[in-house]
Amino acid sequence: MELTRRDAVAALAAVGATGGVAVGVRRMQDREGGEDAATDGASAGDPSDRDTNEGTVRATMVAVAEVVYPGEVDGIDEFVDRFLDGRLDGSAHASGLREAVGELADASQAWHDAPVEELPAAEREELLRGIGADTADEDPDGTTAERVRYYVVNDLLLALYASPTGGELVGIENPQGHPGGAESYQRGPP
Amino acid sequence: MSGAESVGDGRSGGDGTTGDDVDRTPVPNADVCVVGAGPAGALVADRLAADREVVVLDAGPRFDPDDRLARRERAIRPAYDRPDVWDVGGERDAHENAGEWFYPLNHARVKGIGGSTLHWQGMVMRLHEDDFNSGTVRGVGPDWPIDYADLRPYYAEAERELGVAGGSGVDNPHAPPREEPHPMPAFEPSYSDSLFAEACEELGIDIHSVPNARNSEPYDDRSPCVGYGTCQPVCPSGAKYDATVHVDRAEAAGATVIDRAPVQYLDHDADRVTAAVYATPDGGEHRQEADAFVVAAGGVETPRLLLLSESEAYPDGLANSSGAVGRFFMDHLFAGAGGTLDEPTRQNHVGFYTSACDEFYDDADEERAPFKLEFFNYAGPSPVEMALSGDDWGDPLLERLRDGYGNHVAMGGLVEQLPRADSRITLDDDRVDDRGNPVPRIEWTVDDRALSTIERANEVQVAILEELGAEVEWVAGPDATGPAYHHMGTTRMSDDPAEGVVDPDCRTHDLENCWIASSSVFPTSGAMNPTLTIAALALRVGDGVDAWL
Ligand SMILES: Cc1cc2nc3c(=O)[nH]c(=O)nc-3n(C[C@H](O)[C@H](O)[C@H](O)COP(=O)(O)OP(=O)(O)OC[C@H]3O[C@@H](n4cnc5c(N)ncnc54)[C@H](O)[C@@H]3O)c2cc1C
Ligand code: SF4
Repeated sequence: MELTRRDAVAALAAVGATGGVAVGVRRMQDREGGEDAATDGASAGDPSDRDTNEGTVRATMVAVAEVVYPGEVDGIDEFVDRFLDGRLDGSAHASGLREAVGELADASQAWHDAPVEELPAAEREELLRGIGADTADEDPDGTTAERVRYYVVNDLLLALYASPTGGELVGIENPQGHPGGAESYQRGPP
Repeated sequence: MSGAESVGDGRSGGDGTTGDDVDRTPVPNADVCVVGAGPAGALVADRLAADREVVVLDAGPRFDPDDRLARRERAIRPAYDRPDVWDVGGERDAHENAGEWFYPLNHARVKGIGGSTLHWQGMVMRLHEDDFNSGTVRGVGPDWPIDYADLRPYYAEAERELGVAGGSGVDNPHAPPREEPHPMPAFEPSYSDSLFAEACEELGIDIHSVPNARNSEPYDDRSPCVGYGTCQPVCPSGAKYDATVHVDRAEAAGATVIDRAPVQYLDHDADRVTAAVYATPDGGEHRQEADAFVVAAGGVETPRLLLLSESEAYPDGLANSSGAVGRFFMDHLFAGAGGTLDEPTRQNHVGFYTSACDEFYDDADEERAPFKLEFFNYAGPSPVEMALSGDDWGDPLLERLRDGYGNHVAMGGLVEQLPRADSRITLDDDRVDDRGNPVPRIEWTVDDRALSTIERANEVQVAILEELGAEVEWVAGPDATGPAYHHMGTTRMSDDPAEGVVDPDCRTHDLENCWIASSSVFPTSGAMNPTLTIAALALRVGDGVDAWL
C-alpha cells in the first residue's frame, strides 16, 4: 500500500504540527546541501537542535521506518520526509527527537562502524534491539532505550497508524487522531 | 508546536509563559464573584456579565487552544496517564482516599478555564420526572424540593446554550416530556448500533438515539464533528462543547476571568460572604469583594472550600449549620459488558456513542435503582494506541493490530447510588496541598441497591450481546464497577435548613449572598449524566442572583 502526501499531512495533523512556509524553504536549502541552513529550523529553537545534522536525522528516521513499518507499505521515504518537515518544528519535541537520533547514530558507529542508513535492514533491526528500543516503554525523559522508543520508533509508528493508509492496513480508514469525518462510523464493512 | 511533551506545563502557565504579565488583582466594585470556571461557573458568569460587574476566579490555568493537538497526542501516547493530558495531579491536586471504595479523583476532573468539560464525554440527558421525587415515588432517598417542571424551561435553555444534538424525544418513548426539539438533529446511529438494534428487536428491548453536547452540524460558530475519535479527553475541533465557550462569551460581555487564582477561603460575617481570598502564582494573596458569591468549584472542591472557610461563627465549616457539607457524596456506577463477534464491527471511528436504552430507568423502586444502557462505538483497543506499546514492529506488529482490532462490541450503563451520610468529603488531618491547605479526604461508599442493580444491568447487557452472537469476554459487575466521574450530593438542596446546605434556589441557608452552582446540590443522583442538570441549575442561579442584586 502506498503512503501518499495526504497520509503525511494527516499524520502531522494528528500530532498538531503542520509544516509551514518557513519549513518548505528550509527543505530546499537542505537539498542544496548547506548544513547551517539545514539545521536552522522554522524558529530559533534550542541550541541542542543543532546537535545532529538535519540530513542525518532524516536519513536515520527513514532507515528506522523501513524496519518498523510493515513490508507492504511503499513510499516510506517521502512520507517520513514530509512528516519530519512538520515535526522538526523548533519545539521541545524536535530537539528531543534530534538528540535521540544522535544517540542511535552514535551507537551505530560504535557497534557497526557505519551510519544507520548504511546498515543492511537486519543489522538496523539488531541495532534497535541492541539499544533496547523494542522492549522499552516509551519515555521522553528516560534512558536512551526509552527515548529512542519515544522519539524515533513510536513517532514513526504514530505517524503511520494515525494516517488513513496506516489505518486501512488494519481495517479502519478513519483511525483515532485523524479527522476523517462523521460518516465513516455509520458505514458497514466494505 | 507539536509534541506531547511540548505543551506548556499548566501549573507554570498553561500558555507556556510564567503568567507574570497577567493582571490578577481584584476587580473593584464587583457585583458578583464566581468561584470556578467550569460549565456551572461559566454559565452563571455569562448570564450576568452584560448587566453586572462579574469576576470569575479559577484555580487552574487558561489552556492555550493551540496546544489541543499536542494534548491529544498525550492521550494516545502510553508515556502519559489520563490526568497528564490536562496537567492534573501533583501537590495542587493531592487528596486522600479513606473509604471502603477507591475514588480516582484526578481522573475525574480538570482544573482550569473550562473545568472538567475539557475532558468530558459530552453526553447530556435530562433527569426523569421521578428522579426529583425519589422518596415519594420509589420509596428511597429524599425528594428534591423542586420538580422537573421547575427545571424544564431551564433544561431547554441549557440545551441551546451547550448545543445539543438529540432526537427531540421522538424516537425515545422513555425521555421526559419536552415542548421543543433539540437544537440540532441527533447523530445518525453507527454501524454497530444497527447490529445491536437487530438483537434488541429480537428481545423486545428499545434502542434509541442519545443527546450529545456535540455538533452534528455547524452550531454557534463551532465546527461540526469531524471524527477525530478522541472526544474524551480532547476534542481538537471544538465540535464537543466545553465551558471555554461560555467563559469567552462572558469575557466578551465584560466579565473578568482570573486564572491560576485558587480561592483559599471565603471570608464572611454571620450572614454574608464578604470576600473570596485567593492566591496567585507570584505567591501573593488577594481579596475579591463582591455583593454576591457563587461557588461553582465542582462536587469535591466546593464542600472543601466551605470546610476550609470555617470560623468562630461556623466552626464546622461555612454554610454548614446542617452538618451536611461534604456528606452524601455520590457518583454514578458503571456497569458494562463486552466481547467479540465473528464479523467486523467498525469501532473507534468516533469517540462518542449514538444509541442508548432508557427502557429500564423508570422501573426503579426501593430495591432497584434507575439505570440506563449505552451502546458503545469504541469497543476494544484503538490500533494507534496498540501500536505504541508492545515488543514488536514491522509485519508482526501489523498482524497483532489486525488480530486485535475489528470485531469488538461493548455496552456500558450507569446506575444510581443512594445518598449516604457516611459517603463523604472531609479535610485530611495530615496532608496539605501546594498552598498548605488540608487536602480533600474521600470516603466513598456504595449501597446494596446500587450493587444489585449493576447485576441487573449486566443481565440485560449479556442477554443482548448473546442475542447478537457475541462471545462475551468481560463483564464489569459489582466487583469491577467504578465511578463515572460525576461528583454529586456534597452540598445537598433541601427546604429544611437542618437537612440541607442550600435552599430550592441553590442559595445557602446560612448566608444570604452565597449560591452554589454544582451537582453538589443534587439530593439524589438519578442515573443520567449530570451536566445538563448542572447547566439548567446554573442558569436558574444566574436569574436568582440577578433578581436578588
Ligand atoms: C472523563 C470525564 C467524562 C465525563 N463525561 C461526562 C458526560 O458525558 N456527561 C456529563 O454530563 N458529565 C460528564 N462528566 C462530568 C462533567 O465534566 C462535570 O459534571 C462538569 O464539568 C461539572 O461542572 P462544574 O462546573 O460543576 O465543575 P468543573 O467542570 O469540575 O469545574 C470546576 C472548576 O472549579 C475550579 N476550582 C476548584 N476549586 C477551586 C478554588 N478553590 N478556587 C477557584 N477555582 C476552583 C476548578 O479549577 C475547575 O476549573 C465527565 C467528567 C470526566 C472527568
Ligand atoms: S469525534 Fe469527538 S473529538 Fe472528534 S471532532 Fe467529533 S467530537 Fe471532536
